[in-house]
Amino acid sequence: MSHHNYITGTTKYMNPYVAGILLGTVLLLSFYLTGRGLGASGAMKSVVVSAVDVVAQDHAGTSGFYSKYIADGKNPLNSWLVFQVLGVLVGGFLSGALAGRLTWKTEHSPNITSRKRIMLAIAGGVLFGFGSQFGRGCTSGAALSGMATLSLAGFVTMMAIFGTAFLFAYFFRKNWI
Amino acid sequence: MGPIIPINDISTELNYLIAFLIGIGFGFALEQAGFSSSRKLAGMFYGYDTVVLKVFFTAAITAMLGLVFLNHFRMIDLSIVYVNEYYIESAIIGGVIMGVGFIVGGFCPGTGICAAAIGKLDAMAFLGGSLLGILLFGETYSLWEGIYMKSYLGGIKLSEVIGISDGLLVLAIIGAAVLMFWVGEWAEKRFQRPDITKDI
Repeated sequence: MSHHNYITGTTKYMNPYVAGILLGTVLLLSFYLTGRGLGASGAMKSVVVSAVDVVAQDHAGTSGFYSKYIADGKNPLNSWLVFQVLGVLVGGFLSGALAGRLTWKTEHSPNITSRKRIMLAIAGGVLFGFGSQFGRGCTSGAALSGMATLSLAGFVTMMAIFGTAFLFAYFFRKNWI
Repeated sequence: MGPIIPINDISTELNYLIAFLIGIGFGFALEQAGFSSSRKLAGMFYGYDTVVLKVFFTAAITAMLGLVFLNHFRMIDLSIVYVNEYYIESAIIGGVIMGVGFIVGGFCPGTGICAAAIGKLDAMAFLGGSLLGILLFGETYSLWEGIYMKSYLGGIKLSEVIGISDGLLVLAIIGAAVLMFWVGEWAEKRFQRPDITKDI
């Protein structure tokens, strides 16, 4: 029974259009309740800012980037997005448990080793983390939530992310296919 | 009248509880869609699996259509709904860097968190890298501040730029999405990789 999906019954994953409507409904609920959409990189920024604040308080206080999140003794971890991301961890875990997908695994193409996959994941993470700060949000907060409010920033960020990934896909094909 | 929390006096504790519950829904939907698998996500860029396109656009349309209707029935005050602020250069540069990060790393922050939750070690490495990347931006912020703050256009909407109503724009996006879904379904047959899709 380890691969039996208790949600869909037979298929491994939910029908993508149904999953999209589910995701869109959660996003709409977020707008209706809070006036803002979903996010992920914002919570990771909170983690970084509070870590820097603990290790080097003076540096954090004078930096043009960190200081705005810790002004007046604010704790950056006391934020809406941090609690929302904790929920993402729980929600993802619940779904994985109900679908029989909980397992320690490094997923990679047979063309590359696990070690190379981990290195690439770290490198990609560094780029994505850096870019998410430059672009004021990631795929969730800038592209998806931004598009839902029809913001120009959302459409531009979405096209820049996916357009660039398509352009570079050829050069990284060996890592995936 | 929504948005409920900014309009009413909601306690911080309840606000955070709502954040947590919304997050559960977010993570659950992402994982059920298969966004916890990097090879499934990467399929978007090689055509063998276009679940990213289908889920992303169905979700965006559901939410934008919902907002248009809530506004029409005066159930939400759109003036206090956050519209992302547009800075021309930083949105494009940030997006391009994220695009490279996506094809190299195989995740974005949201999907990475979701995949880490079910035990994917590559996702945990990705998230560690993301924290480093954010730190790197923070430490080098003074180098980028000029271009980061350049060409501020505020929270402008695409509909305002084109000069059409929100409803008409949503209709056009739905039309474009249906066309893209059709291309996506075609691509999954044209570029099918049964050896990969049976693994993911």
